[in-house]
Amino acid sequence: MSDLAAGGEMQEETSGKVKKFMFVNRRAPYGTVYALEALEVVLISAAFDQDISMVFLDDGVYELVKGQQTQAIDVKNFSPAYRALDGYDIEKLYVDADSLAARGLTEDNLLVPVEVLSAAQMAELMDQQDVVIGF
Amino acid sequence: MKLGILVNEGPYTHQASDTAYQFALAALAKGHRIYRVFFYHDGVNNATRLTEPPQDDRHIVNRWSKLAEEHGIDLVVCVAAALRRGIKDEILAKGFRISGLGQLVETGIQADRLVVFGD
Repeated sequence: MSDLAAGGEMQEETSGKVKKFMFVNRRAPYGTVYALEALEVVLISAAFDQDISMVFLDDGVYELVKGQQTQAIDVKNFSPAYRALDGYDIEKLYVDADSLAARGLTEDNLLVPVEVLSAAQMAELMDQQDVVIGF
Repeated sequence: MKLGILVNEGPYTHQASDTAYQFALAALAKGHRIYRVFFYHDGVNNATRLTEPPQDDRHIVNRWSKLAEEHGIDLVVCVAAALRRGIKDEILAKGFRISGLGQLVETGIQADRLVVFGD
């Protein structure tokens, strides 16, 4: 990521303050740039030592589907980056159960370990956050 | 209250930038402080001084510039999103600056509320 360095510089200014950040991913990985640019924010946020979680709901669950092949649309397959989140200490990934079921998907179709939550559980989790950014 | 604003859509196509601006005006009128406005995704297109809307339409870019000047608001454009879309220092409107995504995260940390405008 080109601006990881910029993220690092800011670290001193914000040291000590830890907030709960939630990034909500609701769109399919391709077709729009939101999923890719959401991932870029999440990776930068790792440099700030905050309490980060990612949520995947609606078509956002497709971002985590295994076996993505993008050659035919000439767009970079960025899905391997989700596997790298672990290395950035971003381990809280939550997926909406209804969104998976509605698309005929199960946890086995996903490329990273996630926690599957009901809508009510998801609402409760969102309620606990300090900053919620949706893409 | 110290507010952060995130604008995720470009001008004219989408209402996000208009609403964010109106929100900022209303917040300032109520005595709140705008810590920073961060432009991401197509929102970076709010920062180009090459924009020339018809005379009888609002000038979204200049409106942000004026607000920044009058109230000392930090208008920050994401560098990665900007470069992808051809937004560079040499075409930035007054009051805007290009910086990293870290500035968005820092806004979330420092502001009492981060308000997101977009779909």
